[in-house]
Amino acid sequence: MIILRLKRTLKVPVEARCISQDIFEGKTVEDIRSLKVWEGNKVRKLGEIFEVEEKRGDNSTIRILGDLSKIRGIGYQMTHGRIIIEGNVGHRLGEELGGGEIIVHGDTGSWIGSSMKDGRIEIFGCTGDYIAAPYRGSMKGMRGGEIIVHGDVGDEAGGYMRGGLIVIDGCTGQFLGVHMKRGTILVKGSSEGRIGAEMVNGKIVVCGQVPSILPTFTFEDIKSSVKVDGEKIKGPFYRFIGDLTENGEGKLYISKAENPHLKFYERYL
Amino acid sequence: MDIFVEDGRIVDDVNGEAEVIDASGMIVMPGGVDIHTHIAGAEVNTGRLLRPEDHYLDVEVKTAITRSGVGRSIPSTFITGYRYARMGYTTAITPSMPPLLARHTHEELEDTPILDKAAFPLLGDSWFVLEYLRDDKIEECAAFVSWIMTATKGYAIKIVNPGGIESWGFGGNVRDIDDPVPYFNITPRDIIRGLCRVNKMLNLPHSIHIHTNNLGKPGNYITTLETMRCVEEFKEEDRPIIHVTHCQFSSFKGRDWSSLRSGSEEIAEYVNDHSHVSIDIGQVVFTDTTTMTADGPFQYILHQLSGNKWVNGDVETETGAGIVPFRYRRRSYVHAIQWSIGLELALLIRDPWRVFLTTDHPNAAPFTTYPRIISWLMSKKAREKIMDRINEKAKRRSLLGSIDREYTFFEIAIITRAGQSKVLGLRSKGHLGIGAEADISIYNINPKEVDPSRNYKDVRRAFERAKYTLKGGEIVVRDGEIVKSVDGRIFWVKPESSRYKINVTDELKRKFREYYTVEFENYMIPESYLINSSPIHVKAGV
Repeated sequence: MIILRLKRTLKVPVEARCISQDIFEGKTVEDIRSLKVWEGNKVRKLGEIFEVEEKRGDNSTIRILGDLSKIRGIGYQMTHGRIIIEGNVGHRLGEELGGGEIIVHGDTGSWIGSSMKDGRIEIFGCTGDYIAAPYRGSMKGMRGGEIIVHGDVGDEAGGYMRGGLIVIDGCTGQFLGVHMKRGTILVKGSSEGRIGAEMVNGKIVVCGQVPSILPTFTFEDIKSSVKVDGEKIKGPFYRFIGDLTENGEGKLYISKAENPHLKFYERYL
Repeated sequence: MDIFVEDGRIVDDVNGEAEVIDASGMIVMPGGVDIHTHIAGAEVNTGRLLRPEDHYLDVEVKTAITRSGVGRSIPSTFITGYRYARMGYTTAITPSMPPLLARHTHEELEDTPILDKAAFPLLGDSWFVLEYLRDDKIEECAAFVSWIMTATKGYAIKIVNPGGIESWGFGGNVRDIDDPVPYFNITPRDIIRGLCRVNKMLNLPHSIHIHTNNLGKPGNYITTLETMRCVEEFKEEDRPIIHVTHCQFSSFKGRDWSSLRSGSEEIAEYVNDHSHVSIDIGQVVFTDTTTMTADGPFQYILHQLSGNKWVNGDVETETGAGIVPFRYRRRSYVHAIQWSIGLELALLIRDPWRVFLTTDHPNAAPFTTYPRIISWLMSKKAREKIMDRINEKAKRRSLLGSIDREYTFFEIAIITRAGQSKVLGLRSKGHLGIGAEADISIYNINPKEVDPSRNYKDVRRAFERAKYTLKGGEIVVRDGEIVKSVDGRIFWVKPESSRYKINVTDELKRKFREYYTVEFENYMIPESYLINSSPIHVKAGV
């Protein structure tokens, strides 16, 4: 196991795409210390920012300790292995992740699991905006794998999602699953609304409160339960289909019990 | 053989000390000329805004000599210049400049280093032109075009989907070249013929440069043939009078996308038989790129087909625009057929002086793919290697398997430089004769030793990184790296004629006040606005 300990408080962002099992594998501690990272506009060695230590056994794990909220791009394109982060972490964690696992015991920045293809990210704190969503301009959303967030998430989670699963135990911001094409999002808390804007297909389940449903969704029926990744979630749920501006067939499942203000939809049954 | 350079020109001898470049065992060519490449202007810049994802995947860091920049399919201005120079290109023409947005276009061109540049104003849908031609006022039209060239510092008449863009303003398009334009009672045929005559009357160095009607629609090769045919009677002895640009997009046969076939045979046959036409191929390369043309209705179709984000623009009374990011895929039947059409055109047209290598950058591919296309043209084996990986159905229907022709280095020099500068009327470019500008590119490949048919990868590598590029006699690239950044010139045409002198009449001013958001006085670009202005004086004929 490789252990990285942050040496000092960081003031400017650090781009550390090299922290990945794929790159660390087969390297000595000395090699790892001399990997290149950008701190602001300066090139530094990883060893200048972290204390690097190797512990015998479990060759496929990287543990990182400290407040990493300025550090971006950890686990970029990683295909296997495990990263455990004890502390907060910055943007673009696990960008284009192809496999393996990333666990964060803390909060994270935005674009977690951006454009990921496979693998698993679990976050025990809260996250910023755009989780699983591609970076600016791109339409290549999350394609597979799963993201589990035990806290709250920001806006536009699951944007352009094309597959995979996102489970959020807490609450979400606006535009959950915007431009979604496939895949599933399960939110156990409440959402700030505008769910599934411009979605084409896929499934979004919200067990908590929702202020309103976009007018471009049609009310379909009431379901007593919904299956997410083989697990049965008890309802009942209002089911909506949309987004009709995109001729979409995406499905929204919104808890009936938590949203009495949506009762008026039942008239259209 | 030695080539002597002095004061930016090729001379027959030099006196005294001179820097010597040993190019033995290498290929020496005139600097490359690109007749059709969208490198600057309003739509290019809008494309940059639309595609941040194109930027962060391709970043060039600044060096002591070069400036930084981003962008793969739509690189920013400075790196556009550097990338062209690295491939040995020294001249690039941006072919769609809305006259109203000329100022912006020239500002961007000025920031594109090393290259000599020119811009073609879009005139095929200008209300002035349409009105003059409708009223059969050909002389007034010539006078107007002459004024527009001077006012916007343009180089040649560009026509994009004549009448179609104007119809698009009303949500329509023209179906063929005899379909009237709404509210103007004029057909695309009238516009093409009229502007071709104007081009002749003004004696402009380049022919009319046309993006045909129905571009990108199955069955459009008939429209393309009609377009070429409709100006047949104006033909001249010594030069083509119509240039059909990115002809690949205009050579589709078939009723719909599933029955799409290549119309390259018919187009090539016509071009082989008629000397009044030149074309450039607009070769597709399987890659991610950005399509951008003034042809709004075509871009709308593309947006519908691909489901990608898009921009649609309208430039007042002049033209329009559309931009859609696009990925050409090997496995797609249509894209594979398109790939095949471009190469078929280049290989079936016998006269290399009338068919040019372009990708309609960035529509069919970024210009950085030229070396790859050169290797395809020079090697059947290279083509077959790609053929094995394309869509099965497209492979069966492609003519490429039956074409054995392979370009020689001489022919490559013609289709990438000599022919293009000849058609453009740039007399001091595209050759290494005495008096020519010392734009020279040297590629590290020995034509006597290397068989391009088998060693196509070496060819590609050599053309990707020029050993040397000289611009105006100065070494700007050495071993594929920029060693000096110089400023290029901007060519523009200044027709001189007492006969077609425009009377800046009250009527023209009145129309400006009526139609435009800018004042007549602010529309014109003074010559002092261009840093490296290089006017070409032409005497209008009769």
